[in-house]
Amino acid sequence: MELEARNLHVSVDGKEILKGLGLRVKQGQVHAIMGPNGSGKSTLSNAIMGNPKYKVESGEILLDGKSILEMPTDERSRAGIFLSFQYPFEVSGVTLTNFLRTAINQRRETPISSMEFNSELEKHMKLLKMKKEFAYRYLNEGFSGGEKKRCEILQMSMLKPKFAILDETDSGLDIDALKTVAKGIEKLKNPFLGIVIITHYHRILKYVKPDFVHVMVDGRIVKSGGAKLASELEKTGYEKLVK
Amino acid sequence: MGTNINALEKGFVKKRASGNVAAPYAMRVEQGLTEEHIAEISHLKGEPDWMLQKRLESFRIYRKKPMPTWGADLSALDIENIWPYIKPEGQKTNKWEEVPSYIKDTFDKLGIPEAEKKFLAGVGAMYDSETRYFKIRKDLEAMGVIFVDTDTAVQEYPELVKEYFMTKCVPAADNKFSALHGALWSGGSFVYVPKGVKVPMPLQIYFMMNYPGEGQFEHTLIIAEEGSEINYIEGCSAPRYDTRSVHSAVVEIFAKKGSRVRYTSIQNWSKNVYNLNTKRAIVYEDALMEWVGGTLGSGKTMLYPCSMLVGKGARAEHLNITFASAGQEKDNGAKVFHLAPNTTSIVVAKSIAKDGGWNKYRGLLKIAKGAVGAKANSRCEALLIDDKSRSDTYPEMDVKESRVNIGHEAIASRISQEQLFYLQSRGLTEQQAVNLIISGFIEPITKLLPLEYAVELNKLIELEMEGSVG
Repeated sequence: MELEARNLHVSVDGKEILKGLGLRVKQGQVHAIMGPNGSGKSTLSNAIMGNPKYKVESGEILLDGKSILEMPTDERSRAGIFLSFQYPFEVSGVTLTNFLRTAINQRRETPISSMEFNSELEKHMKLLKMKKEFAYRYLNEGFSGGEKKRCEILQMSMLKPKFAILDETDSGLDIDALKTVAKGIEKLKNPFLGIVIITHYHRILKYVKPDFVHVMVDGRIVKSGGAKLASELEKTGYEKLVK
Repeated sequence: MGTNINALEKGFVKKRASGNVAAPYAMRVEQGLTEEHIAEISHLKGEPDWMLQKRLESFRIYRKKPMPTWGADLSALDIENIWPYIKPEGQKTNKWEEVPSYIKDTFDKLGIPEAEKKFLAGVGAMYDSETRYFKIRKDLEAMGVIFVDTDTAVQEYPELVKEYFMTKCVPAADNKFSALHGALWSGGSFVYVPKGVKVPMPLQIYFMMNYPGEGQFEHTLIIAEEGSEINYIEGCSAPRYDTRSVHSAVVEIFAKKGSRVRYTSIQNWSKNVYNLNTKRAIVYEDALMEWVGGTLGSGKTMLYPCSMLVGKGARAEHLNITFASAGQEKDNGAKVFHLAPNTTSIVVAKSIAKDGGWNKYRGLLKIAKGAVGAKANSRCEALLIDDKSRSDTYPEMDVKESRVNIGHEAIASRISQEQLFYLQSRGLTEQQAVNLIISGFIEPITKLLPLEYAVELNKLIELEMEGSVG
């Protein structure tokens, strides 16, 4: 399976942000997209997930060769696309458990049994070093930045997507939290999961090795390469690539 | 999401849908408000003279009082032409099989017999002006707990009724509608919990208004003696008619020293009902009074449950969720009087408005001189689904003592597109996302209800929310 953005033009509030972006991700691969602020990285993730605020002017987003542009966000999710949010929203009064169960049952014929759900949840929470009581806290409410990011990765582990876009999952994390989250992601790697890591920094890529690194500047991918490109960028910065 | 078919099939929900029910009755008192009609009601009930005199005195007060000009708009209400008394068929009984079948069917659909078996200590069912079923668990009866309809209490416990009925808690002169109630009251429940008795499961009564243009005036009187505990629940429902009906209840609660009383009311009247109630509790030393409310139905509501904290350390909690849609004006709130030291109160008023619905919170926190150490907090949270809907707050405070802690907070919010996008990105449809946000919003109230009611309340609101997005 393959997720592809083809010559993608996307605007927000009438302003063009993505200007002909191309990207192909296969299941089993890890791609990193790096780039300076304002280059359109978050626009790409929102456009793929189908945020109505982001308008696709032209080009295509294809899942396994089929356009998903007409699909609403929830269908894209059920088709196997996941977005780890840079700023996850709080939902008061809804426990993480209740929310996850609702989301999981959305993609099943019959509701998940309590036993299966609980053992899955426990396993993944342990991996992410999350305390048990998190399961009964209200979704993201009063969570620290790091806790929110862990909670995003937990949702990813439970929902088992085919393609996951991690939008600055590393930002706002201290080094220990970063290691835990990265380890969690590393554990999720499998031949049926394509991962796109969107980041400013090189550091998360030390823990989750990318197969491909893309540099994004002004709404386009201007350079692609292997893992080494990330460390080069760390030294040289984006300056050279921004004309 | 785990849709609970049962709740949809049986619940209050179904009632709403079926508006074309015939309205059978056994006997009725003619339309209109006159002394003769009041005397006739009293006569039909075989009441002692003191109660008749009380009714007539209330009616004189009613005549003198002007209609309120504040609160909900009552200009379209022709109160002089209501049907004041509609007696249903059958007799009062504690045997379900003896209830007339059309009444039984109605309450069957509400799931009453099952609820009674599963999690209730006692059940009452009132249809139009009279109750038709009342039952309490034998062991509780043996412990001295009384749970009967209020008319029966007049006959069997006249001393208690004389002492507590519309005397020191809600006198007829309290307001225009309490006066009307005093003249026309009928049915409702009478609960007496002896000293130290803790009733382990809720008592519940269901009210059904089925006659077009009727007035329902049930009277609820709860006396919780020292150190006792009682959890009392009301459910209200009515099919829809074009004629305007009036529901004007009075609820009087006495929470004696160290007792705990929880009074829960889930109201789902149809939109032709004017819901104009007076509910008040006198809360003595170290007692706890909890008001839990879910106000979904009725066209116009005026309701401000009141706690009079008269004893040291008395506590009150008022938790209410109000829903208003097209044509609904909900003027409700809470009143708390801190009349003794170290009394505390918490008010949480939540509201949801859509399609031009209008919610108002009208609150009064009063702290008397000498109520040292009193703590009072109120918090209003309004959720507006669209731009047509409205939410107002009128919090009033009257503080005569300086060594107190008092606060009020009001927040209005909307469901943001970004929040919906977040939930949809996990595979929830837009409607499910809205429902989830709303169920979370009302969770502080639903968590206090028996599970069955929590499910039902969520279902009711989901049903109301259908088609609200997209």
